[in-house]
Amino acid sequence: MIENYTYVLMFLIGGSAMVLVAMVISWALRPSKPSKAKLTPYECGEIPAQSDSYFQFNIRYYLFGLLFVIFDVEVILFIPLVKVFNNWPAVAFIELTFFTVILSIGLYYAWKKGALEWE
Amino acid sequence: MEIFYPYIFMGILLVTWLTSVPVMVLVERKVSGWLQYRVGPTRVGPWGLLQPIADALKFLSKEDVVPHHVNKWLYIFAPALMVFPAFFVIGVIPVGILTLGGKEILVQIGHTNIGILYVLAVSSLVVYSITFSAWASNNKYSLLGGLRSAAQMMSYELPMGLSILGTIMLVGSLRLEDIVNFQMNSAWGIVWQPLGALIFIVTAFAETNRLPFDLAEAEAELVGGYHTEYSSMKFAMFFLGEYCNMLTASVMITLLFLGGWNVPFVQGMNLEPLTQQVIQIAGLALKVVFLMFFFVWVRWTLPRFRYDQLMNFGWKTLIPLALANVVITAIVMAIVS
Repeated sequence: MIENYTYVLMFLIGGSAMVLVAMVISWALRPSKPSKAKLTPYECGEIPAQSDSYFQFNIRYYLFGLLFVIFDVEVILFIPLVKVFNNWPAVAFIELTFFTVILSIGLYYAWKKGALEWE
Repeated sequence: MEIFYPYIFMGILLVTWLTSVPVMVLVERKVSGWLQYRVGPTRVGPWGLLQPIADALKFLSKEDVVPHHVNKWLYIFAPALMVFPAFFVIGVIPVGILTLGGKEILVQIGHTNIGILYVLAVSSLVVYSITFSAWASNNKYSLLGGLRSAAQMMSYELPMGLSILGTIMLVGSLRLEDIVNFQMNSAWGIVWQPLGALIFIVTAFAETNRLPFDLAEAEAELVGGYHTEYSSMKFAMFFLGEYCNMLTASVMITLLFLGGWNVPFVQGMNLEPLTQQVIQIAGLALKVVFLMFFFVWVRWTLPRFRYDQLMNFGWKTLIPLALANVVITAIVMAIVS
């Protein structure tokens, strides 16, 4: 079993090497003539009003990030359950229903709280 | 000899994925042209066939501008991070069976027993590349595009994960080859799981940032989104990663729902095993090519979503539907057994 993961690992190393080779080749081939205008932030030809653009952004992105973590863990917990579903259909079915109800209540709560609204 | 097969497959699969990218770029431009009553690229070589080579040379030889306001190391690392997962994911994907030296060999690099889980996990790493590139660019358009894309990809990962649960339940295995075998012995996955297939295909569009879900780029509002500040080979890396992901998504749709390398009627024709298996692999390739065409087709058919519509569609439509699909499958399975 473990040697199959070794092949995957070898493949990871090979794939990464390929990317690095491509970047090095392009680094060796390309010209480099930086000028002041080239190095300014791109804003459709305007000179940027402020040099940094780490501005405040919508808090909703963060909220959805939190929701994602909760629900993604639940999806992961589903996977072993459905994998063995055929072995004990009755037990697995009851457990799956139970779990789905909890998940649905969570989704319903988030929905009613307005966490899923995007203004 | 047998010990070398994985290495041979590594080479073959990597080269297939890499060569398909320039071909796909050309096909995309040609088909886009036809769909809009244009001719597409025609100047480089006969019928524009050498266009991908010209593009590659241009990407290699263009100046790489690293603006002075960027976070330099993250800026350089982000494009590479886009390509890594696109390659890594190939490591567990089976594309067929070949009879070599009297033995049936699965054309797959690592025969892991958690194929689907690996594919889901690794392909979702793309979101890091987009966030890093957006943050490192220190550009308003990039940051907006990156944030949008991160939220979008996270939201659509949930229905994607939920939509394959029905298939896993039916097959009782996380191995991709078992799922294909199951479909060979019965019917294609799309017959068993029509709703799951639909949700998976929709989320595959969202995960690869293709229209109608390309809010990250939205050229009309955000110039180019997260890759606005990139040029030369780094820009090409984003393209390479995106098209590799598109190909992987097509292969995954085929393996899970369109029967994988199953070609109808070919098993009843009493062919030589090797001939039959080569036909099956060609069948898989044909299905993938059709799906790639489908990606381009959809691009020019549907308009882009508005961002609130996109989030509502993901959270309020796809997730409840995917949960319902799981429950329905469970009920039917429990009754049947």
